[in-house]
Amino acid sequence: MEKTRPLWATPLQFVFACISYAVGLGNVWRFPYLCQMYGGGSFLVPYIIMLVVEGMPLLYLELAVGQRMRQGSIGAWRTVSPYLSGVGVASVVVSFFLCTYYNVINAWAFWYLFHSFQDPLPWSVCPLNGNRTGYVEECEKASSTQYFWYRKTLNISPSIQESGAVQWEPALCLVLAWLVVYLCILRGTESTGKVVYFTALLPYCVLFIYLVRGLTLHGATNGLLYMFTPKMEQLANPKAWINAATQIFFSLGLGFGSLIAFASYNEPSNNCQKHAIIVSIINSSTSIFASIVTFSIYGFKATFNYESCLNKVILLLTNSFDLEDGFLTANNLEQVKDYLASAYPSKYSEVFPQIKNCSLESELETAVQGTGLAFIVYTEAIKNMKVSQLWSVLYFFMLLLLGIGSMLGNTAAILTPLTDSKVISSYLPKEAISGLVCLANCAIGMLFTMKAGSYWFDIFNDYAATLSLLLIVLVETVAVCYLYGLSRFESDLKAMTGHALNWYWKAMWGGVSPLLIISLFIFYLSDYIITGTLQYQAWDAAQGQLVTKDYPPHALAVIGLLVASSIMCIPLVALGTLITRRLRRGDPDPAPVA
Amino acid sequence: MGDIIDAENAFKVRLSIRTALGDKAYAWDTNEEYLFKAMVAFSMRKVPNRETTEISHVLLCNVTQRVSFWFVVTDPSRNHTLPAVEVQSAIRMNRNRINNAFFLNDQTLEFLRIPSTLAPPTDPSVPIWIIIFGVIFCIVLVATMLLILSGIQQHRRKHKGPSEMEDTEDKCENVITIENGIPCDPLDMKGGHINDAFVTEDERLTPL
Repeated sequence: MEKTRPLWATPLQFVFACISYAVGLGNVWRFPYLCQMYGGGSFLVPYIIMLVVEGMPLLYLELAVGQRMRQGSIGAWRTVSPYLSGVGVASVVVSFFLCTYYNVINAWAFWYLFHSFQDPLPWSVCPLNGNRTGYVEECEKASSTQYFWYRKTLNISPSIQESGAVQWEPALCLVLAWLVVYLCILRGTESTGKVVYFTALLPYCVLFIYLVRGLTLHGATNGLLYMFTPKMEQLANPKAWINAATQIFFSLGLGFGSLIAFASYNEPSNNCQKHAIIVSIINSSTSIFASIVTFSIYGFKATFNYESCLNKVILLLTNSFDLEDGFLTANNLEQVKDYLASAYPSKYSEVFPQIKNCSLESELETAVQGTGLAFIVYTEAIKNMKVSQLWSVLYFFMLLLLGIGSMLGNTAAILTPLTDSKVISSYLPKEAISGLVCLANCAIGMLFTMKAGSYWFDIFNDYAATLSLLLIVLVETVAVCYLYGLSRFESDLKAMTGHALNWYWKAMWGGVSPLLIISLFIFYLSDYIITGTLQYQAWDAAQGQLVTKDYPPHALAVIGLLVASSIMCIPLVALGTLITRRLRRGDPDPAPVA
Repeated sequence: MGDIIDAENAFKVRLSIRTALGDKAYAWDTNEEYLFKAMVAFSMRKVPNRETTEISHVLLCNVTQRVSFWFVVTDPSRNHTLPAVEVQSAIRMNRNRINNAFFLNDQTLEFLRIPSTLAPPTDPSVPIWIIIFGVIFCIVLVATMLLILSGIQQHRRKHKGPSEMEDTEDKCENVITIENGIPCDPLDMKGGHINDAFVTEDERLTPL
C-alpha cells in the first residue's frame, strides 16, 4: 500500500518554510559584523556578486534535486547514484550536530525573554555584595550586562577543562525549547506548514518596529554613518570576498539537506527556479535590513557610552577642583582642561591619569558578533531605552521566531530521510520518530548547559558544519553535473516543471560554483593549518573580561571527530556500497533488492 | 575650625544640586546651611547619649562653589568633637530624611567616607521568570498532548477502515480461486517449490 507523500498545502507555505529556515540568527548577528569589519557600504559589492554567482545557483540546485527526487537527502542522492548516499548521510550527521547546539540559543533566548518581565531589567543593575555597601566585584569590573550573561545565564567556568555540573535553569529552558520544536514538527508538513507563516512573517514586523525605534534613537545616525560609509580599499582585501562568499553560503543553509527535504514535499510542477531567486533575494535583503537596525542600535549605544564617559570625566574634574556644579559641559571641556592644566599644574598632574580619553570612534569600533552581539550588546542598548521591558520582550521574541524557524528546517533535514526509510517508518509513526529525535538531541544538548557549556557551544558553532558543508555541497554539484549528467538533469527539470533550463544556471553549476567552493575549501584548510593551535576566549571572573586560551588536547580531538565524522561518511558509504555490490555479484542466489 | 578640619572626625559633604534638579535648582545660601546643620543635629539626637545635641554644635566650613564643605559635630562643651564612628552611623540611619530635605539622593548629596546602604533589589519569593516559564511550559505541553492524541485517533480510524477492506479482498480472492473451477491450493502461490505430498496439515494452515 503506497502512502502518498505529504505535500505543502500551497506553494506559499514552501516559500515561507524556505525563508524562515534561511533567515535566521546569522542574518542578525553575523552579517552586521562582517559589514563593519570589511568596509561598511563597500562590503555590499562582494556580497551581492557572491549572491548572484554562488548563492542563487546552489540554492536552485538543491531545491531542484529535492523536487525531482521527491525524497530526503539520503534517498535523493541514492537515486542520483547509489555510491553517493554517503552525501545524504553526511548531511544528516551535520544536521544532527547543528540541531543539538542550535536549540541552545533558543533556550538562552527563552531565558532572557522570561527575565524581561521584571522592573528593572535584571541585566541593567548589578547585584549587591554581601554587606550591601557596594556591588559584586565581578559585576563592577565587567558591566552588568556581561555579568548577567556570563554569571547568571551561563554560570561560566574559567576554562573548558572545568566542566562543572548541569545548570538546572538553562536545562529547563532547553527542555522547553525542544518541546516547542517538537510541537511544530509533530505532524510533519501539516503542522510545519502552519507554523512557518508565523516564523517567516512576524520577525519582519518586529524588525520594522525596531527600525522605526532604532532610527529615532539619540545617536543612531552616528552608527549608521560610520558603518555605511564605504571604505573602498577593503575591496582589494581577499578576506572581504572570502567572507562574503562564506556568509552567502552558510546563510542560505546549503548542504544540510533541509532544502532538499522541503523541496521534496513540493508538487513536481512547482516552479522552483522562481522560488530559489525569491528566497535568496529575501534572505540577503533581510541581512541588509537587519544590519540597518543593528547599526542604529550600535550608534545609540556608542553615543550613550561616549556621553557617560564624558560625564565621568566632568564629574571627576568638578570634584577635584571644586568647580561649580554644572559649569563643565561637553562643549567647554577641552578649554577648561587646558586652563586647569596651566593654573593648577601639580593638582592636574595628580588627576590626569584617571582622565579617560573619551572617543566616539573607539566606541563604534568595538565589533561584536555572535552570541556576544545578541545577548550583551543588544541588551545593553535596550536597557537604556525607555520602556525597556517592551523592547526586550519584542527583541527576544524575534530571536526565538528566527531560531525556531531555522530549527524547523534543521529537524526536517534529519526527519525526512528517517520517515522516508521504509524500515523505520513501518515500525514507528512519524510522531514517535520526531519525539525520539528531539529527545536524543535534548539529552545531548544538556552538555551545553554545563558550566563549560558555552565553550563547547563555540566549538560546535565554529567547526561542526564549516568544512563539512563545503565538501558536501561540492560533491553535490559535481555529482549532479558530471555523475548524473547535466543534460539528463536538464531534461528531467523540463519534463517536471515545463521550463527550459537557462544557460546561466548550467554555466554556474558546471564551472563557477564548484571552483568557488574549492577555493573556499582551500582557504579554510590553509587557515586552520597556518594558525597552528586553535584558541578560544575564556571568561576570567577576577578580571571581568575575556582572555585567550589554547584548547586542551581532548577538545582538539572532539573538533577532529566532529569534522571527520561527517566528511568520512561520503567515502565510507561509497566504499560500503561498492563492497556490498561486489559481494552480491559473487552470490548466485540474488537476494531481493531493498 | 581650622585646626579641627584635618581631624579625623570631620567629614566632607558634596552636593550636586544643578545635576539633580536642573532648572528647579535652588541656590546654596546660609539658610540652606542652617537646614543642613539642623538635619545633622537631628540625626545625632537619635543616638543614645547624644539627645542634647544642638544646631550650634554642628560646625561648617570651607564652603566652595561646588557646592562642598566640611562639617564636624562637637560635644556640649565645645572642646571635643564627637567620634567619627558615631556620626557615621547616625547619618547612615537617617540618610533618607536628610536626602529628602534637600530633594537630593545618595548620588547628588554625597558624604565622603560615609558609604550609603544600597537599596536591596526587590526579590519576590518566587522568581518571576519561573512563573512565566511554568505557564508557557504547560501551554506547550497541553498543545503537544492534544496533537498527539488527535493523531492517535486518526491512526485508529484509518486502521479500522483499511482492515475492513482487506477482509473483503481476501474473500474475493477465495471466491475467485474456487470459481475458476480449479481447486487452487493456497500453497501453490509459493511458486511450486513445495511438494504437496510432503505437506502436513499444520503447514497448510500456516498463515502467509
